[in-house]
Amino acid sequence: MAGIQVLAAQERKLFSGNEAVARAVWESGVRVASAYPGTPATEMLENLTQYPDLYAEWSVNEKVALEVAIGASIAGSRSFCAMKHVGLNVASDALMTLTLTGAAGGMVIAVADDVGLSSSQNEQDSRFWGRFAHLPLLEPADSQEAYDMVIAGYELSEQFQVPVILRLTTRICHVKAMVTVCERVPHDSTGYVKNPQRWVMTPGFAKSRIALMFERDEKLRASAEMSALNFVVAGKDRRVGIVSSGPAWMHVQEAFPDTPALKLGFSYPIPIEKIRAFSQTVEQLLVVEELEPLLENELRAAGIPCHGKDVLPRSGELPPEVLRPALARLLGGEIPGDEAQRALPAAQVFPRPPTLCTACPHLGIYYTVAKLKNVTVAGDIGCYTLGSGHPWNALDAVICMGASMGMALGLDKGRAEVDKDRKILAVIGDSTFMHMGMQGLLDITYNRGNVTVLLLDNRTVGMTGGQDNPGTGRDVHGNPAPKVDFVKLCEALGVKPERIRKVDPYQLPELAKALREETKIPEPSVIITDRPCVLIEDFKKQPAFKVALDECTGCGLCLDVGCPAISEQRREMRMRPSGKEVMMQFAAIESAACTGCGICLQVCAPKAIVAAAPVTPIHFVKN
Amino acid sequence: MKNTVTNILVVGVGGQGVMTATEILAEAAISLGHDVKKTEVAGMSQRGGVVSSHLRFGPRVLSPKIAPGEADIIVGFESAEALRWSHYLRTGGMVLMNTARLVPPVVSGGLYPYPADPQAEIRARGIEVHAFDAMAIAKQLGDMRLGNSVMLGAIADHLPFRAEVLLESILQRFQARKPEMVELNRRAFTAGRDAIAKLARAELLAPSFA
Repeated sequence: MAGIQVLAAQERKLFSGNEAVARAVWESGVRVASAYPGTPATEMLENLTQYPDLYAEWSVNEKVALEVAIGASIAGSRSFCAMKHVGLNVASDALMTLTLTGAAGGMVIAVADDVGLSSSQNEQDSRFWGRFAHLPLLEPADSQEAYDMVIAGYELSEQFQVPVILRLTTRICHVKAMVTVCERVPHDSTGYVKNPQRWVMTPGFAKSRIALMFERDEKLRASAEMSALNFVVAGKDRRVGIVSSGPAWMHVQEAFPDTPALKLGFSYPIPIEKIRAFSQTVEQLLVVEELEPLLENELRAAGIPCHGKDVLPRSGELPPEVLRPALARLLGGEIPGDEAQRALPAAQVFPRPPTLCTACPHLGIYYTVAKLKNVTVAGDIGCYTLGSGHPWNALDAVICMGASMGMALGLDKGRAEVDKDRKILAVIGDSTFMHMGMQGLLDITYNRGNVTVLLLDNRTVGMTGGQDNPGTGRDVHGNPAPKVDFVKLCEALGVKPERIRKVDPYQLPELAKALREETKIPEPSVIITDRPCVLIEDFKKQPAFKVALDECTGCGLCLDVGCPAISEQRREMRMRPSGKEVMMQFAAIESAACTGCGICLQVCAPKAIVAAAPVTPIHFVKN
Repeated sequence: MKNTVTNILVVGVGGQGVMTATEILAEAAISLGHDVKKTEVAGMSQRGGVVSSHLRFGPRVLSPKIAPGEADIIVGFESAEALRWSHYLRTGGMVLMNTARLVPPVVSGGLYPYPADPQAEIRARGIEVHAFDAMAIAKQLGDMRLGNSVMLGAIADHLPFRAEVLLESILQRFQARKPEMVELNRRAFTAGRDAIAKLARAELLAPSFA
């Protein structure tokens, strides 16, 4: 990637929320930035790697990322850490004690909630962490605010010696909007100062820090009451006043231009007196917050009557088309402001779920796994989660990153008598394995689990767009880095050397044989596949194939590969000699999209798949 | 009060260049001094899923998301996707669509049917549709990747600013990244523009922002 264009001060640019955060982190003189990739948070660190004057890293997981940022803060430098919502669950062990030590060098933790579930296994509200960990919480509503709040966050962090949580959502991270930037202000490290009472959290020292934490809560609350990040926008229609934060604020402004509204940018600790004063200027109060009714419940507890989730959904985004009818319900049918938009009903169209790419090394794996009988497959988080979809339907459970290992062991130990011959597989990726899978494998070997692990090493973090990790041999800048040897690693974790195999996932017979043999032996085993993701530079295209249509017998096996370049040409009912009717599916290959991996070739009995004449390639995938 | 924000919804399938096309439209709007917001609903879209990119521009833009019933124009890079999102169009809005079909595995595997005639279905909903085969034009010009500029050319005369502003944004982008592609993209843009003008003449339809 080319270096980032360093803009001059006062320049206006179309920035995603993630790009705006990166720019502001750089301007704030941050020295250390760390993250683990995760949608929608990935591009914050990705952009930071292109700025000069700071150290940035892909950490192996979010907990380590946060710990790196803590260390840098103890060293007296400004630090930054980014993750998606579920990442903060992983990092929460560090977070819950970090609140006691606080920060020396300014520290901002950006956490991105996937409100609306565009690419996550759950939808959770990270604003809870501000409450749980007694940390100040800033909630931007667009790119400019994301930029402004990073700058404000570092000032707040150093003023109160506290890490600040910047709560983003998909609708901030991935929205592009105009941002006016400023200049970088270098921020020298204040230097490390030895202070075990503050940094060594033994019970004795921690106890004294708890009282300080409560004191800090009150100071932060006073600061939030005065903060310019919390402000009122006047409106003529006083029947309802709205309190809102985050991207929902923009939707409120869009939907109800005449309604008085209080914007919370510095939303925790709650500026309760400011809200109370606002509530007294309107007939009734409506809290518009994504996702949980946090503020709503806290206002009621403080004796401020309000509406919220009684009229609004508890899940998903709160765009104008959701807000307008909700307010109408509250006001008894009358819709304030603009006329309600009357849209046509949605047309009925087939679903188009995301699927594996043409020549994806996972295609052959799921084709093979789907043909196994009497097997339970514990899945994990990444592109290979798509193996749960059509046509493979190959996964039985997916929970969170690294969970395939522990779940597989539990499926083994908890098996019923009827399942005694059932084979237990765990599927995990290279980056995911290092993120949280390694400990799980150690648990499998230590406790003698009868589990076969499929370690799908595609040499990148695929789903988030191809980031490097300790298995790729490249660092965050693409420079050479020490490369993990997965065979040795698995051996060190206790898997017998003869139970570790490396298999080419494009070679189906070899893959099927390895799976058959390893699942028969009641010991922990690991099958490592090593073809690169088709979206990274390591992938090399091969000449394309086509179906010789007069040779195709309609068995449809190639369609079971699930390659997007293979499609059904026509179907036909045929009578078998036995008298049984079967549906024949005749297939075709879109040669312009085919990259010649040859997986389908191996499942085609009549050898109807042959080399295609040279064609102009279609770029279904980025190259 | 008249809403002075323009809403353009660009839809298609992951990998078709929907997000890039919207980015270029956004750059054109910015060059005229508009406030701009652009947002995608792109769940794992790089993997062949549905992509919808919302572009809003005007004196001041608040919510980045276009609500159903509020899009001035829908630009469909794929036929069924144009139909899927057609309820986002406002009354009197316009759908401009590529007639190309990308059939996903769930359809080719026989789980769901592909709509027989998406264009006709959209028209039957009382919507003004302009449909043409952008991929055929791109293929004729020798590179499928030109489909993006063909589509942009096709909507160029249906925007609240001059077509040349959009063309300039495209050319600037290629000048900076792939100068050898500037001329081809200019031709692709013009070919798309001509194709729609011809359609409009044939159907005696006036451009919606004339």
